[in-house]
Amino acid sequence: MNVAVAKTGSGRAVSDLFASAEGRLPGSPDVMAARCEAFETYERLGLPHRRIEEWKYTDLRALVGEVLPLAAVPDATALKRAADAVKAHAIAGARKLVLVDGVFAAELSDVKALASEVGFKTLRETLDKDAGLLKTASTDAVIAVNAALATDGVVLSIADGTQLSAPVQIIHVAIAASASAFTRSQVAIGKGARATIIESFAAAGAAAYQVNDAVIVSIGDDADVAHIRLMDDAADAVNITSQFVTVGANTKLNVFNMTSGAAVSRLQGFITLAGEGSQLSVNGVNLLKKTEHGDTTLVVDHAVPNCVSREIFRAVIDDRAHSVFQGRIIVRPDAQKTDGKMMTRALLLSDEAEADNKPELEIFADDVSCGHGATAGALDDSLLFYLKARGLPEKQAQALLIQAFVGEAIEQIADDTLREHVIGIAERWLERRS
Amino acid sequence: MPAVQETVERVKRIDVDQYRYGFETLIESEKAPKGLSEEIVKYISQKKNEPDWMLQWRLEAYRRWLTMQEPTWARVDYPKIDFQDLYYYAAPKPKKTVSSLDEIDPEILKTYEKLGIPLREVAMLEGVEPKPGEEDPARRKIAVDAVFDSVSVATTFKAELKKAGVIFMPISEAIREHPELVQKYLGSVVPTSDNFYATLNSAVFSDGSFVYVPPGVRCPMELSTYFRINERNTGQFERTLIIADKGSYVSYLEGCTAPQRDENQLHAAVVELVALDDAEIKYSTVQNWYPGNSEGKGGIYNFVTKRGDCRGANSKISWTQVETGSAITWKYPSCILRGDNSRGEFYSIAISNGYQQVDSGTKMIHLGKNTSSRIISKGIAAGKSQNTYRGLVTAHRKATGARNFTACDSLLIGDKCGAHTVPYIEAKNSSATFEHEATTSKISEDVLFYCIQRGLSQEEAVGLVVNGFVKDVLQQLPMEFAVEAQKLISISLEGSVG
Repeated sequence: MNVAVAKTGSGRAVSDLFASAEGRLPGSPDVMAARCEAFETYERLGLPHRRIEEWKYTDLRALVGEVLPLAAVPDATALKRAADAVKAHAIAGARKLVLVDGVFAAELSDVKALASEVGFKTLRETLDKDAGLLKTASTDAVIAVNAALATDGVVLSIADGTQLSAPVQIIHVAIAASASAFTRSQVAIGKGARATIIESFAAAGAAAYQVNDAVIVSIGDDADVAHIRLMDDAADAVNITSQFVTVGANTKLNVFNMTSGAAVSRLQGFITLAGEGSQLSVNGVNLLKKTEHGDTTLVVDHAVPNCVSREIFRAVIDDRAHSVFQGRIIVRPDAQKTDGKMMTRALLLSDEAEADNKPELEIFADDVSCGHGATAGALDDSLLFYLKARGLPEKQAQALLIQAFVGEAIEQIADDTLREHVIGIAERWLERRS
Repeated sequence: MPAVQETVERVKRIDVDQYRYGFETLIESEKAPKGLSEEIVKYISQKKNEPDWMLQWRLEAYRRWLTMQEPTWARVDYPKIDFQDLYYYAAPKPKKTVSSLDEIDPEILKTYEKLGIPLREVAMLEGVEPKPGEEDPARRKIAVDAVFDSVSVATTFKAELKKAGVIFMPISEAIREHPELVQKYLGSVVPTSDNFYATLNSAVFSDGSFVYVPPGVRCPMELSTYFRINERNTGQFERTLIIADKGSYVSYLEGCTAPQRDENQLHAAVVELVALDDAEIKYSTVQNWYPGNSEGKGGIYNFVTKRGDCRGANSKISWTQVETGSAITWKYPSCILRGDNSRGEFYSIAISNGYQQVDSGTKMIHLGKNTSSRIISKGIAAGKSQNTYRGLVTAHRKATGARNFTACDSLLIGDKCGAHTVPYIEAKNSSATFEHEATTSKISEDVLFYCIQRGLSQEEAVGLVVNGFVKDVLQQLPMEFAVEAQKLISISLEGSVG
């Protein structure tokens, strides 16, 4: 049989990607077998394109073209450069875990301080025993290629009843240009625990790189968790992140995502409410300019009765940027008394900006209250006029209104320091704009 | 909130087991051989005595269709259709040539009588003019085009319409009598290559209605088509083309039923509307095809492409649909808002019961400047049915000042059914203002407040508002079940979900 070799746009054979990476990939023979299988899935599917419903608005074949080869293991100079980026993005008081180009950097991390409260291992260490980490419910091509090529990540376990005294911040730093980093992390939070997990993505001078991250989070009953993601990758980078979250009973989970960088980004979150009486709040802000493409896709699955979910999403789109929001609330047949609300709003600052919203409901139970709202539009002229009449210059008046617009989502962050930090990111974005 | 008892009972009343139009008319018919091929396309064209350009058009569509694949993206589930196992043409065998209305087979007339078209209308079908003074002046005249399986059997009030300059006739006649209009507009809204079922329809459509309203004319009466599938194993493929020339107005109604049968039957229609400058078209549908029995056996597959083109400035197209029938509905009446200041509307009530599957909604495509659209969709799912709203609102880069308001609510009755909402909202310029919401109380807060102020409950007030909203369209529906449809609108919206 004559089978054509699958090739990317630049003529590189797709299989070379895996072959050239193989020596770098940690794991027992079992793990390697799982990786091979995942790579075959990816090879079969290729990058997602607009004919695939979930990727309708984010055609990676057109936007990205191909997956770049793995970045080299960072050397001493690279780590030194990374240290500066870490300093710039570190949140005061948080315990850092740093991944540089997809490799865990112990010298930049606060492993010792963390050890007293949190069980910590790298993915590299864990994969020798456990191939389970590479398996997820979805067979999406970007998740499959992540399973095949993940070089490292952090594996955290927070024991039952632990009240973390400081947030844990996982910082991804990109150093190498025109290369890709694949990371996969796991966070297991026990019953009654209280934790704040922050993930930051940043570049240290790197350009045109690609990040593909996967995070698997499981949260026990009666826990109280905040999960914040701040993505500020380089202006020509690609960031694809997939999150899988399972929530136990009577738990509070507060999720926030800030997208303020990368040429092409996609955050896909799959959150399953698996225990009764839990409260979920998922919020996000997309700040996009130039030709950036930012996609947030959220699936909230109410698998059990009596849970509450709230989603507030805001997009500010300037120049020729393109923002995508796809939200789906699923209410399973038994999930009676579900209360789910989703609100997504897009603010278009330029005539060439584009906002695509797809808020979906999929409901199989009759005694529920679910709803969604979606709006798209420009800044309110009368409000602008009001501010200008009071002496504010145009740009400043706009900035004030934009701040108020995104504020509604940012306000959902409970922690004061974190909230201020996020407000700071938005402010700097607005300053750069004017 | 669970649904209130009254609502549950009303929906029960239209349960699949109570389908009242499931009888069969025993009548001799003439069928094309089973299956689909170029020969069949030629056969249909020949039966219709069509000019050569029409045959070429069909053949082109057929060749195109061979290269296409059935769409699978809708949330409906059914066994693969064997397109070679269908009859593509069936016509009641003519006793002799049907040249005058009096010669219609009495069996067919009886069928329409049984379907509950009021007797007065049967008199119309027979071509009997009511005696002066007999007619209730308050009632409006409705011209009916009755399509039985693949052919149009009768069109009423032709003469009176002609006086006004309105052309209302079976499309097969229009192809012969007004080729210039048909050639100009047929396929201009739904091209032959549009989608799998539309292309199939283009190849094999047998009949349907054709309407042309000349400039400045307000059509003097409601126009209506009544579709009936009677034959076994027959697909019905009708094609409707309505053109409202500059400054004209027309209101068009469509009704459909089919006998109760164990096998599934395919109905793949195409409806094209064209509104030129300042014209308005109102298109209303009461779709009541056989939905299958309570075990989900039988029923019609209703795969329909309906699209309106607001081609001229200040034009308006309004779709109203009441969907209660069909085993599977796959239907998205859409508006292309091409003309500046044009307006598109979509009002829909989709009720599913038993094992019915509905995947319906609309597309509002804003291309012109200052265009506006409104979508109000109510889905009610009961039994083991699945009811999906799927809608697209998009504003082109140059469609400055585009406005859309969407409200889609669904109601679930029972825990074995599903209701889904899949809206796509695409804004490509900053002056587009889109609002999409799911909460009924937000339809019009101040109107509600006014009603509540005067002693109505929240629910009564909502019922009143919604009812008032679609009333003038629904009240004009000629079929008896329009009354039922109207009752459904007043169904309590308590317990609605987005």
